[in-house]
Amino acid sequence: MEPVILVIILAVAVVMTVSAFVLTRRSGKSDLEIERDATKLAPPRAPKQPPRPSPTTKTAPTAAEPEAIPGVEELEAEPPTERTKPRLRDRLGKTRAAFTGAFSVVTGRGKVDDETWDELEEALIMADVGVPTTTKVIDAVRQRAQAEKVNDPERVIELLREVLVQLLAGSDRDLRRAASGPSVWMFVGVNGVGKTTSIAKLAQREVDAGHRVVLAAADTFRAAAAEQLATWAERTGSEIVRGQDGADPGSIVFDAMSAASTRGADVVLVDTAGRLHNKVNLMEELKKLRRIVDRTEGALCEVLLVVDASTGQNGLTQARQFAETVDITGIVLTKLDGTAKGGIVLAIQSELDIPVKAVGVGETADDLIPFDPEDFIAALF
Amino acid sequence: MLMFDALSERFDGIFTRLRSRGKLTEADVDAVAREIRLALLEADVNVKVVKAMIARLKERANGAEVQKSLSPAQQVIKVVHEELITTLGGTSGKLTMSSKPPTVVMMCGLQGAGKTTAAGKLARQLKSQGLQVLLVAADLQRPAAVEQLRVLGRRVDVPVWSAPDDGPQDAVEVARTALDEAARLGRNVVIVDTAGRLQIDTELMLELKQVRDAVNPTNTLLVVDAMTGQEAVNVATAFDDAVGLDGVVLTKIDGDARGGAALSVKEVVGKPILFVGTGEKLEDFEAFHPDRMASRILGMGDVLTLIEKAEATFDADVAQRAQESLSTGQFTLEDFLEQMRQVRKMGPIGNIMKMLPGMPKELKGADLDEGEIDRVEAIICSMTAAERRDPTLINGSRRVRIAKGSGTSTSEVNALLKQFKQVQQMMKALTGGGKRPKLRGLSGLDLSQLQAGE
Repeated sequence: MEPVILVIILAVAVVMTVSAFVLTRRSGKSDLEIERDATKLAPPRAPKQPPRPSPTTKTAPTAAEPEAIPGVEELEAEPPTERTKPRLRDRLGKTRAAFTGAFSVVTGRGKVDDETWDELEEALIMADVGVPTTTKVIDAVRQRAQAEKVNDPERVIELLREVLVQLLAGSDRDLRRAASGPSVWMFVGVNGVGKTTSIAKLAQREVDAGHRVVLAAADTFRAAAAEQLATWAERTGSEIVRGQDGADPGSIVFDAMSAASTRGADVVLVDTAGRLHNKVNLMEELKKLRRIVDRTEGALCEVLLVVDASTGQNGLTQARQFAETVDITGIVLTKLDGTAKGGIVLAIQSELDIPVKAVGVGETADDLIPFDPEDFIAALF
Repeated sequence: MLMFDALSERFDGIFTRLRSRGKLTEADVDAVAREIRLALLEADVNVKVVKAMIARLKERANGAEVQKSLSPAQQVIKVVHEELITTLGGTSGKLTMSSKPPTVVMMCGLQGAGKTTAAGKLARQLKSQGLQVLLVAADLQRPAAVEQLRVLGRRVDVPVWSAPDDGPQDAVEVARTALDEAARLGRNVVIVDTAGRLQIDTELMLELKQVRDAVNPTNTLLVVDAMTGQEAVNVATAFDDAVGLDGVVLTKIDGDARGGAALSVKEVVGKPILFVGTGEKLEDFEAFHPDRMASRILGMGDVLTLIEKAEATFDADVAQRAQESLSTGQFTLEDFLEQMRQVRKMGPIGNIMKMLPGMPKELKGADLDEGEIDRVEAIICSMTAAERRDPTLINGSRRVRIAKGSGTSTSEVNALLKQFKQVQQMMKALTGGGKRPKLRGLSGLDLSQLQAGE
């Protein structure tokens, strides 16, 4: 046996034994113990990280803050008509103009053949819909086309749109609210997808609707994340509960919830640290955060996974993992104002039945729009 | 299961009828090309890039001699693997240093790609190489981005140049004055962090050009998230057209995205991928290795890295002893303990596991905490030598003693004994020349052949 192969076989043996052991041990852990861990409020990632400096960012001025006040004034000065939310189609119209011709090749040939199907397939894959969902969709369109004996490419494209809209139809896309007391909406996702900005946008929407909003700055990990949220709190007229950098996120969620109920707030928006879904410790931490919210019965109304429109096939894995860990209730699709199509949400809806509940299309607090399946599909091509 | 196993199985089906023949025919290659296309698309490689790759692949594979040492499936994978490595370019991890300091590095990219973190990591790395670094906060779009860079600057002990809090917030002005500040502080590297922007945002793209003209960067780096999908090509093209890229930084590769974006970007821009971000800590920043990325895109696991680590740390005597006990079918807890200590020398077991091909999915998901592995060691250390050689000796009262001695519970001792027994049986099957159920993916892969691709 070659030594290197031997070494690797041994490593496999060791790793398998150890990991199986650890898993057994974890699953045997009593609920009581877990509960205690949660109350102990020890973030599991703390020991693995270098000691996080806790600079007194609370008092440190940031470059963004001086802007914040004029920002608020500016918003207040805006005539209320400016606040009417743009529709997806209006927002995407300009950037998508260049792409409307995507099917000219298909329609230009004037008949339906194998190449037509290949091109449709390619268009879906180019929009990040992914191979399995694309295959499923194309098969459905093909069946209908055969049943109708279609030989007009225009009609095939129509059928494709119908099938896609149907895939997205029938989902409840409203953000749910608690029967009594503040509603808690938690925002989760991998790093850099736009969780904080999405929270700002929803806060703006809620404040505009006359609701009292508390933001919970539970991202205590990324440098200056709480600063960023504080700036948004000021600009949107929301309240914020925050701690030091590196503070325990659980205690912040807890404090935010008690502050919200004493002050009679309507919604609590929880900003969590970005985390890659394959980091088990960080996902466990998120589970604990959720458990803290769950202690107040009926408070947790939404757990929203924020997904960047430019995400590829990994988006489905993300949704699957986050759903498994904290049972996500909806998707916020961000950065759809670029040329990225966000087709991965089709795969997420098709495979996991999790609907998109809001769409982000810019960097200001007003750039949040409801998700309209027909507009979204129209914008795909 | 890993993609590679799936790929390799699919290929095996195609190739069983081929074994008797000596050459790959066009039809064989076509059949395989379809599978490769799917694998690459699932890894988010851009459709157009996939097409180009497949065309090149067909050219290379058609009529190629089937090597004796490889199965045809392995051979095709090897060709693809090599093709990917060639496309991805060489390993350098080095910036172009200006002959007239300071060397200026400008980071650009979409929102949320990881520019600020990458800037902090790069600053730390260059500083550790003895360079005098200045970070420049030219992201005045996102609230608190400047503060974030300041915090990172403090952590890596590098000064940060930013707009005065009460002055005009102008990115171009910050960039322009940064060079004077660098001269004043005697800094020889300047890293400019810019705001994230969509490539179709003409206003912000114009600002980026102005920042570039103000600092005249030696290295303009595009920061790309490894999870990016088909869009990667548009982004790379647009940024390259606008400011002229010199290199790419690929971030968040500690996730489980297959990272086809790397291939797309490289193919489009033609500039090297210099660095990869491999974690949340500031030291998680490495030179890009095309061979590892190629394996990853094909879903082959990071076998090569593992081999490197194994070769660097393994003690030949220990391996020898293990081989003896394996060949006699007597792999005891004693050997296990010895091997575990060896494996731990290679790094955290959790990391090693991620590199192993063919690990069951349930196990792969476990993020192994070193503390929990210490418990395993403690349990074994609390056994007597006789117990380690023959675990059947361990009765109820011995279990209680072992649990007490190791500060664990009897159920944990039981769990370990049970797992060990299973692995022991597996090892027996493996070395006894019997079936190789669990390690099929591993044994089906001739590692030394893949290494030749480097």
